[in-house]
Amino acid sequence: MALSPTVILRQIGQILSKDLLIEWRARSRGFALACFALTLLLLFSFAVGADATTLRTHAGAYLWMSIFLSSTLLLAQSMAHEVEAGALDTLVLAPISPAALFFGKALANAGQLVLLAAVALPPVIALFDAPLRESPLRLAAVVVAGCLGVAAPGTLYAALTARLQSRQLLLPLLLFPLLVPCLLASVKATSLLMSGDPMHQVNAWLGLLLAFDLLYWSICGLLFGRVIES
Amino acid sequence: MATTQSGGLRWEHGLLALGLALLAVGHVQGLFFAPAEAMMGDVGRILYVHVPTAWADMLVYTACFGFAVAALWTGKATYDAAVEASAEVGVLYNALLLFQGSVWARPTWGVFWTWDPRLTTSAVVLVLFLGVLVLRRVIPEPERRLNLSAIAAVLAYVGVPIVYFSVKWWRTLHQPFSSPQTVDGSFITPLRLAAFGMIFLGAGLIGLRWRALRRGLERDLATPDLPAAAPALRLPGEAGGSAAGGAL
Repeated sequence: MALSPTVILRQIGQILSKDLLIEWRARSRGFALACFALTLLLLFSFAVGADATTLRTHAGAYLWMSIFLSSTLLLAQSMAHEVEAGALDTLVLAPISPAALFFGKALANAGQLVLLAAVALPPVIALFDAPLRESPLRLAAVVVAGCLGVAAPGTLYAALTARLQSRQLLLPLLLFPLLVPCLLASVKATSLLMSGDPMHQVNAWLGLLLAFDLLYWSICGLLFGRVIES
Repeated sequence: MATTQSGGLRWEHGLLALGLALLAVGHVQGLFFAPAEAMMGDVGRILYVHVPTAWADMLVYTACFGFAVAALWTGKATYDAAVEASAEVGVLYNALLLFQGSVWARPTWGVFWTWDPRLTTSAVVLVLFLGVLVLRRVIPEPERRLNLSAIAAVLAYVGVPIVYFSVKWWRTLHQPFSSPQTVDGSFITPLRLAAFGMIFLGAGLIGLRWRALRRGLERDLATPDLPAAAPALRLPGEAGGSAAGGAL
């Protein structure tokens, strides 16, 4: 039965609020995830050494690597509690559009990733002495677009690997190569916003990010139904 | 294997023979009869190996995408086997491509590897399709394996156009698109012969693997899946445990 767009939008909202409520009730998990991201930032600086110039130059890369590496834990967890309690089977049987399920869950994951980036950004600026030289609004746009880029394929692959025994290994193995254009564009745009953008290149990288988002939010929305039915 | 059991020649053997013959003729022409490249000299003759591998690899991945869509659409084991066979040949060609590129890069660019967009995107696509093959080996249930690996193959294929257009979208050390208008006329025949050779060889290899895989996958898909809880009912240490997900 085809559902009307209004119903699908309402279902997206319901799935989104359900997932955010679950995460809010398990706040300690989110706190642990933020601590993990901060630990990664420290590890990068230890690995590179106390070279202030290098750390400042690559501050954007450290920020996004910590978000990407933390994201697999977040994404896997978002599907784990659906599978463990059999909730996903119930959701599949319920009159909910698979697309609504995908967009609701992916938006919830994207929202949490944006929050994680907001927590990780001040330490990046402080630890690596990388002040923002361009508009914070443009950085916010890059962060949101980058997190949306991680969330769409991440949610699909988290669902795809959720019932497999080697899911902890498979999720990053499948997801990270796919995210290379997203990582590249996010890091380049963030680094330019931190170091200055005299050649106005940020918009081109932001455009690439938005194209990536559009492509993967469309494809993953189409394929998600087949994944959860399998 | 089905081909050896029946003992007869099949279409894939014909494709393999045709591919090898075209490759041999193309490479002999490229190595001994075509003139040396103006800037690189004899080093440039690797062109007749590297460029056909790249073209054939793109086609093999495109075939894999087509088989994945067909597998999702029909749910048939024959397309599932073709997805695995073409992904394997695609990965093989891709690895060859990166190796040949490194051999060529050393005398011309001075390094075996550089983080050039064409090289990087090619390496990423290799890892993406390796992921598809790994995924297939850790899913024991045939129907789930068909669906999930086909979806992973569709997503992996998104990287292939990025590889193709990378020389246009980014500043790159790699040469831009090649066409009969961009190379000397004497290069065209050996290039075409080698390119068709690699394509027929790839098609033959896919055919061989497809035939070897198809019968097993058809049998798997015809057998209903065991209940997921069944292995858990076995006593500890009991022989004959499920192989589910045991590969990793």
